[in-house]
Amino acid sequence: MNIQKTATVSLSFKRLKKAALLGLAITGLGLTTSAQAQDPEVPGNIKWTIPFGVGGGTDVWARFFSPWLSESLPGEPTIMIDNVPGGGSINGANLFAVRAKSDGSHWLGTSASTQYPAMLEDPRVRYDYSDWTPILATPTGGVVYAQPDLGETAETALDALLAQPVKLAAQNPTGVELPVLIALDMLGADVQAVFGMRSRGEGRLAFERGEADIDFQTTSAYLSNVTPLVEAGKAVPLFSLGALNDEGEIVRDPAFPDLPTFNEVYQARHGEAPTGNEYQAFRKFFASGYALQKLIMVPKDTPQALIETYRQAARDFVGTDAFKEDAAAQLGPYTPVIGETVQRHLEDAMSIDDATRDWLADWLQSEHGAKI
Amino acid sequence: MLDILLSSLGQLFTLSHLLFMMLGVLVGLVVGIIPGLGGIAGMSLLLPFLYGMEPTVALGMLMGLVAVIPTGDTFASVLLGIPGSSASQATVIDGFSLAKRGQAARALSSAFLSSMIGGIIGAVVLTGFILIARPLVLSFSSSELFMLTLLGLSMVAVLSGRDLFKGLAACGLGLLVGAIGMAPATGEFRMNFGLDYLYDGLPLVVVGLGIFALPEIVDLLVKRGAIAEEPCNLGEGWRNGIRDVREQRGLVARCAAIGSLIGTIPGLAGSVVDWLTYGHAVQSAKDKSEFGKGDIRGVIAPESANNACACGAMVPTLLFGVPGSGTAAVFLGGLLLLGLQPGVGMIETHLDLTYTIIWSLALANILGAALCLVLARPVASLTRVPFATLAPLITVLIMFAAFQATRSAGDLLALGAVGVLGVLFKQANWSRPAFLIGFVLAPGAEGYFYQAVQFQGMDAFMRPGVLIIGALILAAMFIPMMTGAWRKRRQASTVGAAATVRPEPPTLGSIDVVLFVALLGTAIVAWIEMADLSLIGGIMPRLAIAILGVSCLMEIARCLVRRPQWQHQVIGLQGLWLVGFFALVGAILLFGFITAATLFSLVFLLAIARLKPWVAVSMSLGVTAFLVGMAEFLTLTYPSGLIDPWLFG
Repeated sequence: MNIQKTATVSLSFKRLKKAALLGLAITGLGLTTSAQAQDPEVPGNIKWTIPFGVGGGTDVWARFFSPWLSESLPGEPTIMIDNVPGGGSINGANLFAVRAKSDGSHWLGTSASTQYPAMLEDPRVRYDYSDWTPILATPTGGVVYAQPDLGETAETALDALLAQPVKLAAQNPTGVELPVLIALDMLGADVQAVFGMRSRGEGRLAFERGEADIDFQTTSAYLSNVTPLVEAGKAVPLFSLGALNDEGEIVRDPAFPDLPTFNEVYQARHGEAPTGNEYQAFRKFFASGYALQKLIMVPKDTPQALIETYRQAARDFVGTDAFKEDAAAQLGPYTPVIGETVQRHLEDAMSIDDATRDWLADWLQSEHGAKI
Repeated sequence: MLDILLSSLGQLFTLSHLLFMMLGVLVGLVVGIIPGLGGIAGMSLLLPFLYGMEPTVALGMLMGLVAVIPTGDTFASVLLGIPGSSASQATVIDGFSLAKRGQAARALSSAFLSSMIGGIIGAVVLTGFILIARPLVLSFSSSELFMLTLLGLSMVAVLSGRDLFKGLAACGLGLLVGAIGMAPATGEFRMNFGLDYLYDGLPLVVVGLGIFALPEIVDLLVKRGAIAEEPCNLGEGWRNGIRDVREQRGLVARCAAIGSLIGTIPGLAGSVVDWLTYGHAVQSAKDKSEFGKGDIRGVIAPESANNACACGAMVPTLLFGVPGSGTAAVFLGGLLLLGLQPGVGMIETHLDLTYTIIWSLALANILGAALCLVLARPVASLTRVPFATLAPLITVLIMFAAFQATRSAGDLLALGAVGVLGVLFKQANWSRPAFLIGFVLAPGAEGYFYQAVQFQGMDAFMRPGVLIIGALILAAMFIPMMTGAWRKRRQASTVGAAATVRPEPPTLGSIDVVLFVALLGTAIVAWIEMADLSLIGGIMPRLAIAILGVSCLMEIARCLVRRPQWQHQVIGLQGLWLVGFFALVGAILLFGFITAATLFSLVFLLAIARLKPWVAVSMSLGVTAFLVGMAEFLTLTYPSGLIDPWLFG
């Protein structure tokens, strides 16, 4: 549907309650923290551009975060969510690049589908990630799974997968499935991607109907919709994409500690760790699309002290038990990444050298008939 | 099982649930009545309050909203000829014709009553069906979905009647316009002519408003007078409408059943169901002559289906997390905010919530339709107001609606462009529904065809489901033809050979000629534009061009073979009003939407409607207040231009 529009989040409702509690707490302590006084002025209203429609994944993510952020920022600013959908998030990000003020009152929420076109140098992209500074990132993971008729166990299913062509339902050649397609190709599977799904959910439906031989879901969808299939013997999990640790290495996904990562599977099959341009491409698209899937960004020229205030506010609440409890349903068992670490990983992910990009362009053209 | 049913029922009638549901119903009615807003706007209004709310109460509120939107948007469809949302496009055809014949109250009351019944039937069907829906939904693979879009497309043949080739050409053009944007199979961009606006394709709202609403406004302005051309008796009409539904109860039940079942199929839902049921109403009627000119069955059929469809659309949303419609997509966001993950869990662990959702739908349908029924009589009197008084308000309203599609100036220009096509089609009597059906179904037809072939190869078309739907399509196309021929023969044999009716000759007029030239030109330009597309990415638009071109040529050939009856077709005054429309778009982009809309209303009301100055001024201020209020309340933006930022911040 193309009817698209805007929404505001007015937090006055919940804020009142929380403000009363906070007031009590402060009175109870009988002292104020002097550090607050030196903070740069946090704007009273923050406009948070979400380049996706209302009710979409990134919108829900932003609506989940906004009360937490608002409550832990000094002065409890009102955070207004401004949905600017279109062009698969390119339109909204373009607009933000042109219009955003760097006084801390303009934030942008991005997702894999904002990061990927920038990395692939899509001609429609008129934004540049180096103009922005990240505040917080939330990771996700993903699992590749197969029909049980390929094999009852992960090992036998993988063997069968490598021996015959398999079908996977995907959105488009440069969509969120890109690292998965690269990974499967590196393992040596002959994947026939059927494009045109409007969401990962439609891809899963195609799998459940038996049309697709393998499928891939991100963590939250996997836990709610694929785990029951696995338990019923209708799906066999093969490997996870893994998670990025602070040092930038791919390790086991905390959501799937028993499942090997792609790197482990590759090592086991090929006897060596994955390398080369294809692995570079996999790693970078995995990092920007999964390890840093959704980001809160502000313009680079925003006062450094203010950026620090925002990051500190995020650090303050992500550690609390209340947040962890709430976040389990929304974000899965992942902790948001904040500040310098995000910046380092993001810079690394977004910089693709020419050799990798050339390899990717060739590969997309020859494997999936797509031009970039 | 029974205890779950009872506990959800108890939950339904708690005071907080009822109150919040009522709130949802009221918001739903308001956003439903204002064209262009619809479910997504309503949802986004409520979503901010959702986080942290008690799930059952929050769900009641959301369901109140979802349930009444296909009810509320009937006002705009019937009274103003504006398709409020994709669910009410078919209603426009006969509903607005009835309003023009002074029977707005009849059309509205029967629409609301059938909406209510449809919604209740939908909820009842859903109560049992949701438990067994999973395997059934999964049995619809991409090839069956493709066949269903074909079934929708076959309605073109039913709707275009005598002018089959013109209808096919209109449908071909719709398919071509629907193919603008990204090719689902390859991700290539097609026919965007370097314009950023076209990368996502044309928005449905803009096309719907342009093809239906704008031509009607222009036509009414040319004719002068009020919307109702014949005197209307609101009270009697209201009672008639209720009686119509009683007489057509079979149709209501069938369409509601079709609606609720089609609604459960993910990815199709709203777009085909109203056309399918409209087509069904036409086919099952003995006397088809009044369809398109104001047949009450043309209102009852889609209206009983669309509320049922909204119920059915909950199945894929709740069970698979794959929304069946735009509104359902936002509802899904609401579920996630409440911490509910759609999936099997909705049946296994949250069955009580699922039933609360379903029955809230039924209850909200009753409440919403009852409210609308009460409103129908007074609101229908709008059709007696001289149209010149309404015209500026409606024009501002449809521009407001169109601009909310993507919030770019392109929306207004596209509205004008489609409007020109709509006026030409209307004046030359080409099928506008055929164009819209083509447009709406183009992405589905292409996407599912490609997927079916890729997933299943040639086996795709041997599946039993495919064969059944295929047989339905053939039946839909040929049974009316055969019964028609049979009836004709019987007539001929009873009256005698002398009375053998000769088929009527084709008609031709100046606009037809213009359209033939323009459409063939479009076909050639589009063909050239698609030169570098890959085979898979280009096959669908090329097919659309072929349908467009061949049908135009066939119609031309028909005119050459059999001397056509020359028809006088006028366009002069209509053209003038269209020029005025584009001037208004220019003024909006230059000065800003609020300023231009206010001034336009004022000047129009004074100079053309010749209202008293104080009435004109207060109405124009009303326009300003509406636009400013909407912007505040929903944080909408408008084209800002030079003056608006300065006046309205």
